[in-house]
Amino acid sequence: MLNYSATPRKAADGALLDQVFQALADPARRGMVERLSRGPATVSELAQPLAMSLPAVMQHLQVLEQSGLVRSEKTGRVRTCHVEKAALRAVGQWVARRRTSWEQKLDHLETFLADEGEDENEDAPPARKRRSKP
Amino acid sequence: MSEPSSHHATFTIERRYPAGIERVFRAWSDPARKARWFSCHDEWQASGYTLDFRVGGREHLTTTPPGGQPHRYDAIYQDIVPQARIIYAYDMHLGDKRISVSLATVEFKPEGKHTVLVFTEQAVFLDGYDDEGARERRAGTEIGLQNLDESLKQGD
Repeated sequence: MLNYSATPRKAADGALLDQVFQALADPARRGMVERLSRGPATVSELAQPLAMSLPAVMQHLQVLEQSGLVRSEKTGRVRTCHVEKAALRAVGQWVARRRTSWEQKLDHLETFLADEGEDENEDAPPARKRRSKP
Repeated sequence: MSEPSSHHATFTIERRYPAGIERVFRAWSDPARKARWFSCHDEWQASGYTLDFRVGGREHLTTTPPGGQPHRYDAIYQDIVPQARIIYAYDMHLGDKRISVSLATVEFKPEGKHTVLVFTEQAVFLDGYDDEGARERRAGTEIGLQNLDESLKQGD
């Protein structure tokens, strides 16, 4: 799965993310993933809340399986599906990186405002106080 | 990765700053002040910061992680309501490749002597972008959070 310390996996990771996002672009598939995140389910259990034919559900399931989000096994005539948690985490990681970058900037803003506040409280601020880095 | 693709995501970050709304807004609108926190990366090299803070004005920053490709940030300001709201569109390039296009909304709300800031980004991530600087950025965030802890401990 997505392991950013392992560089040889990068191209594969990017392609996988494409498939994951594509899989989650559809509301019915998001509903299926949501249902499966609460525990494994059979195909007919997945189909039940969706006003959808079994073949249509199978098609969505195929997209989800290709993305690596969902795995299924057939036992006799019953196909049971479960969510692949590692793949689900990969989607979040991608957005989380951008978010993290902003979290960092907004932390810096807090430090800046604190520094500036100190300067305004002092009569003579010529020697700027720098916060020592850890 | 070579296939064109676009993935949409929205996220919001809310912060409460122990400073008045005028001062918090000024930290976003005044180029010299904004440069002091916005272009500040603990480990990344930042260069060429410019800000023309008016509707239609532009902002630019290039940051480079150690041993990595430059990340280029270019913004254009769409909407400014002093001490209340800033909306700007920006894109990011990694080397020559555009990796994302975003709309950012910054809202400022007074809360007594403090200011609540709500940052919302609506982003389109392009073409299976994989950020080689992710680990460096995470490390940088750790340091950023430590800086924050320190400044709070000093009781400003």
